[in-house]
Parts: sequence; C-alpha cells; structure tokens
Amino acid sequence: MKVITANRLLNGDVVWLGENGSWVERITLARTFDGKDQVAEGLAIGQEAEKNQEVVSVYEMDVTLEDGVIVPVRLRERIRAAGPTTHPQFGKQAQAVSA
Amino acid sequence: MYRYDEFDASFVNQRTEQFKDQVRRRLAGELSEDEFKPLRLMNGLYLQLHAYMLRVAIPYGTLNGRQMRKLAHIARTYDKGYGHFTTRQNIQFNWPKLEDTPKILEELAEVEMHAIQTSGNCIRNVTADHFAGAAADEIADPRPYAEILRQWSSLHPEFSFLPRKFKIAITGAPNDRAAVQVHDIGLQLTRNDEGEIGFVVYVGGGLGRTPMIGRKVRDYLPEEDLLAYSEAILRVYNRYGRRDNKYKARIKILVHETGLEELKADIEEEFEKIRFGVLRLPDEEVRRIEAYFAPPPLEVGPSASEAVESRRNADAAFAQFLAHNLNPHRVPGYTSVTLSMKPIGGIPGDASDAQMEVIADLAEQYGHDEIRISHEQNVILPHVKLDDVPAIYDRLSAAEIAEGNAGLITDIIACPGMDYCALATARSIPVAQRISERFGTAERQAEIGELKIKISGCINACGHHHVGHIGILGLEKKGEEFYQVTLGGSANENASIGEIVGRGFSSEEVIDAIEKLVDTYLGLRSGKEETFLDAYRRVGEAPFKEALYGAA
Repeated sequence: MKVITANRLLNGDVVWLGENGSWVERITLARTFDGKDQVAEGLAIGQEAEKNQEVVSVYEMDVTLEDGVIVPVRLRERIRAAGPTTHPQFGKQAQAVSA
Repeated sequence: MYRYDEFDASFVNQRTEQFKDQVRRRLAGELSEDEFKPLRLMNGLYLQLHAYMLRVAIPYGTLNGRQMRKLAHIARTYDKGYGHFTTRQNIQFNWPKLEDTPKILEELAEVEMHAIQTSGNCIRNVTADHFAGAAADEIADPRPYAEILRQWSSLHPEFSFLPRKFKIAITGAPNDRAAVQVHDIGLQLTRNDEGEIGFVVYVGGGLGRTPMIGRKVRDYLPEEDLLAYSEAILRVYNRYGRRDNKYKARIKILVHETGLEELKADIEEEFEKIRFGVLRLPDEEVRRIEAYFAPPPLEVGPSASEAVESRRNADAAFAQFLAHNLNPHRVPGYTSVTLSMKPIGGIPGDASDAQMEVIADLAEQYGHDEIRISHEQNVILPHVKLDDVPAIYDRLSAAEIAEGNAGLITDIIACPGMDYCALATARSIPVAQRISERFGTAERQAEIGELKIKISGCINACGHHHVGHIGILGLEKKGEEFYQVTLGGSANENASIGEIVGRGFSSEEVIDAIEKLVDTYLGLRSGKEETFLDAYRRVGEAPFKEALYGAA
C-alpha cells in the first residue's frame, strides 16, 4: 500500500495527496493507492500539482495500516510525518499536541 | 575584521536582487523546479525532510557581534528560534519558507553576509583555524589568505561548474585545527630559510564515500603564487576531473586515478603558464588585506590572573572549564575561550536566538567584537583578557553554553542526520545525545581525556566520522538504523582515516559498544597522558576488537 507525498512549494511543508487532488497536512488523511496502475495515477496527479506550483519533490512511499491508521513503513518517512525526534516541540508532532 | 569593499557590496546586492526575481518567477510558474533548483542551491537553499534549509556562509568562521545578532534575528523572525553551526563553520536554518528567503538574504546583506558558495559544484566557503590571529603557536594569521582566496573564488566564472564541489582549508599553525589534509586543497602556512611566508600545499584530501588524506604537492609555495597555483590546480581538475559519475568526481579520485606525479606535473605545467600573469599576488595587496585582520590592541598582562586562580580552587565546574576551554593566546594576559555548543545531552551545534544574543553581547563587551565558529561546531571568543574569564563564564553558565568539555568525549561532531537531512540513512543527533549523557559527568570526561567522537548519518560523511578517534557512521539495514564504528581517525597534522573495527551495531547496542571501547582504552593506556588515539596507534585494533566481539 502506498501514498503520494511531496513538499509544499511555498513553505516546504510535508504534505500527502488526499482525496480529490487535495494536499493534506496529516498522513492519516492521505489517500492510499494499491497496485502499479493506481500508484501511477496518483503520481500523475502529483506531477500535475508540481506543474501548477503547488508542490515539489513528488514521490510514492510505502505505508501500512495499524489499527486502521496509516503509518509509514520506513523510519525516514515516520520522522518526516512527525518532525525531528530530537525536537518534539517542532514539526507536525507539535501541531498534533496543540490541535 | 574584513569589511566589504564596493565590489563585494555590489555583487552581494546584485545576487540578492537576482534571487528575489528567481523566486518570483518560480512562484509565478515561469521557472520549473528543475530550472529553479540549481539557482536556489547557488544561494544556499536546500529542500530537506521537513522544510527548506538555508545555509548562510561565515567565511573562515569569522564574524562580529552585529552579524551574530542578525543571525539571532533571522532565527527568531523567519525560523523556529534556533540555528545550527556546521562543520564548515557556517550556520544553517532549518525551517525557512521559500517566500521569505529573498527577505532573509536582504537582511543578511545589511550586515555583509550572504549564502553564496554554501552549495553547488563551485569552490565552497574557505575554512580556517578558529584560533586564527590569536593562537600562541601560530606562524601567521591564515585569514588574509583565506580572504584573498574568497575574493578570487567568489563567482569565479571558470569554476562555477566544476565536476563537483571543491573545498579549501587553511591553517596558520603547525598544530592543524582546520583539518587541512582532508580538503580538496589544504594549505599550511610555513616559512622558508629566509623567513618568508609560504604554504605547504596538499591536494586531494576528502571524506565522503571514498575518504583520502591529501597528498603533498608543494613543500613551499611562495605567498605571491597562492592564486596562480590554486588556479592551476583548479584548471587541471576542471579539465580532467570525472563528470561521468558523481561519486567519482571529486579531485581526490583524480589524484588517485591519475597518480600523484603525473598530476603534479600537470599542475606545474599549468602554473608555469600563468604564474607571472594577473594572478601574481602583489605584496602591497596582501598587506592591504592583512590590515583588515590587524589584531585588536591588546595590552600585555600577567600570564596568570588572580581572579581566575582564586576561583579555580573553589569551583570545580569552573576549573573544568579552565582546563579544557581556554587556548593559549600569543599575547600574555589573554586567552581564546571556547563556548561549548555541546551541552550534556544536547544537540551538537544548535544555538538558540537567545544564546546567539549572549554570544554577541560577550564578544562586544569582552572580546574586541570578534567571534569564531569552529568546524567542531563550537563558538570561540578569540581575544579575551584572562581577568574577564570568570565574568564571561557566569554569563555562559546562565545561557547553558559553559560546559568545560572542549576536546573531550562529549564534544561530539554530529551531522543533522535523519532528523533533518534528506540524504541521511540514520539519525546522528540522538546517538550524540546518548553518548553525551552516558559519559557526561565532569569526572568521567576529565578521566577519559582527549577523545574526539564524530558521527555521520550517511556515507557522505558531513559528520567527519572517518577522522574521529572513534567514528560512527549511521546506515540503514533491513529498515533499521545500524551503526558502523571506526577507530583511529584523526584530522590534525598527523591525519589518518579510521578503520572499521568489525560488524556494526543497532541503535540500542551502539552506546554500550562505545563504552566498551572507552573502558578498554582506560584499561590499557600507559598513563593518563596517553590519549585514546595514541593508545590505539600503539596497540592496534586487537584489544578493542576483542572487547567488542570477544576473542577470535
């Protein structure tokens, strides 16, 4: 299972492709893709968004479901989805607490 | 300190204007990311894991209070209240927005700073001994030459598209604190029999995935030939350096593949063609630049301070600070003070905006307005009166940058690693923090003595692990962080590349492994004077290997 991720062009924020071509700030809200064709479709949406100056550096990444919640497979992507492990007060993990 | 002349000011302003327009065009869709990326990189702007990252140049690690205040202001206004000092004596901001970067560059230009030469395949920001102009063991201040190299290399049209990046370091002292032998060009100031200044020249040193110690190509290069000879090296590299493979494109590979003698001959041939041309350094120009670096007026004082000595006996933490964080100054009555950016359990090289303000205050009040950043990610006040050390120490303590650990086991170099960096394969900072906590008591650190641990979060070796007495390289193995340990590296005048001691360790195991190495050293050293590195060089890897993996 995969999701499509990128960074917002304007501020560099980490985002994932959500429903209806939107870019969401939480990986739990990302749209998941199964199989080559679906992933290709997701990447095509991403590349279009790149052309429209919404996002940069679009790529697909592996995820799994843990208790129905989307979780990145690789540590790199887990850190990217949360923020620096050395700075719990920064990044998405901080927003999650304050939200 | 060096002050911009009209050329510097105008090209920095031009560059800022250019970048502002490039960002505008990018946001308007006139530039694609593929077109924009090389342009932003030429201005130090990377895209990392969580955000953009802006790397600001601090040429040869020298800055003043006003500039440090500006960095604090940028951290506070455009970032999350902190910056990170790097192993190239620069500073990185981890969270700037693309839309803010033109404004940040404008603000930097107001204090004669910029982000040029902090990225891309050009000649990078020249680095130098952080005690330059102050150290007792110095032959001469290397910074005038670093500045001359900067003026020559900045936006050098012929060398803006090199096969790969190119790093130059220079030291003015026989004790090399600038790691010159692991740079593309390393320069060590020396004097000939007539007492004239010149340079020992090393070429082809470097770390990364293929670490190499630089090879000596000149025992004595006269001062007047500095630029012509550097240009000759760059021309040979630019012409013959490999462009087919990014990983084989540094000059060290060219030296290795071509052979030293042939390459030296190529350099000398090129040098002969240009040595009497426009690049020959006129004496008056060197002296003019040197005048910018004229030492502040320092009155010779007693070589011991009563205020310091009386407190030394009463305050153990202060005594520890004195023992490790002061470097002998060429003027009696003065010292160079290392401000430790390595608090126990903290993040190596990070400084908050408030800490930066304190550093600026202290430099202005006590340090003739001079600040240095070391490649070991610490901050130095190079010219401090011994009598002022207690007052400075108190201010540093309040700001939590007074750990007396310079050169000790907790004075760790660590790259940002996978907590920030898009290239990283494992985290570095948490490993540094855990080692720092494990060994962090004053007694234990002092007992272990000089021990340089350097940690990189990937094979590109920004954390200089190859030249750590103990080096740690973070890799990924089957989706888990995994750390390879090297022993016996050194970046000083007796430089060596560390050797892999055996199979690597998981994140859970690695701190215990380091402790075993340290305990093994403590058990076998001939005395307290024998450092970890000396002991390792004497006994070899066998006892350390056995401690880690058992008898073979």
